[in-house]
Amino acid sequence: MQPFGCLLRCMDQVFRALADDSRRALLDSLCAHSGQTLNELCSGLDMSRQAVSKHLAILEDANLVATIKRGREKLHYLNAVPIAEIANRWIRKFERHRVDALVDLKRRLESE
Amino acid sequence: MTGSRFVYVTYIRTTPEKLWAALIEPEFTRQYWAGTYQVSDWKVGSEWKNMIPDGRVGDSGKVLVFDPPHRLSVTWQNEFMPDMKAEGHSTCTYDLEPAGTAVKLTVTHTMDKPDSKLIGGVSEGWPQLLASLKSLLETGEPIIESTKWPEGL
Repeated sequence: MQPFGCLLRCMDQVFRALADDSRRALLDSLCAHSGQTLNELCSGLDMSRQAVSKHLAILEDANLVATIKRGREKLHYLNAVPIAEIANRWIRKFERHRVDALVDLKRRLESE
Repeated sequence: MTGSRFVYVTYIRTTPEKLWAALIEPEFTRQYWAGTYQVSDWKVGSEWKNMIPDGRVGDSGKVLVFDPPHRLSVTWQNEFMPDMKAEGHSTCTYDLEPAGTAVKLTVTHTMDKPDSKLIGGVSEGWPQLLASLKSLLETGEPIIESTKWPEGL
């Protein structure tokens, strides 16, 4: 058995997919409204249809977006499982409340 | 969109048969699904319950599809959170497809109501649970936090 072999390969793809502002904007849009079609995604973002389509393919390959077909349309969903795997790898439970406290502090200070 | 739905996908390096067992057998689910276990004879139309470790019923419903090791579908009503229970039944479907040396697991959870509290609640739980299931099958170890029922819930 090669522990984490697949996890590591998949993670490379996840990080590469996340390393782009347009793709993060697409994930934000799917996080706010799950199950959007390509047309719906295009209308909410300042990107060409071709660009949205290309970025969606990269997100889908990294398994950050899951799709289901409805008739001739494809509905897109944010798939948070690979992100949960990343969090599980580096943030253990005993650290989690401290990390949360720091994130809260950062938010408070930056909103002042 | 009138209903609520989420779709989660994970690729797990295992066989469809092992993944199928991990989805329904108590000795597996207790390890990655917050200590819970399911009770059913798994015949289509039969009752299905997911039990909280302290003996309460967590969720209940009926078996809609039982086609090992390809597709399992159940109706699903929360039983321990009054506002979620009031929403009635949702549908949860697991699809297993071979994908090279792995199995693609797709979990689709739907409810015919917009902004469902149940769908909101379970969509926070599923990514963690599925990540732990993947870890358990690939490395033999689940994620520690997902082995215990949360205190006070």
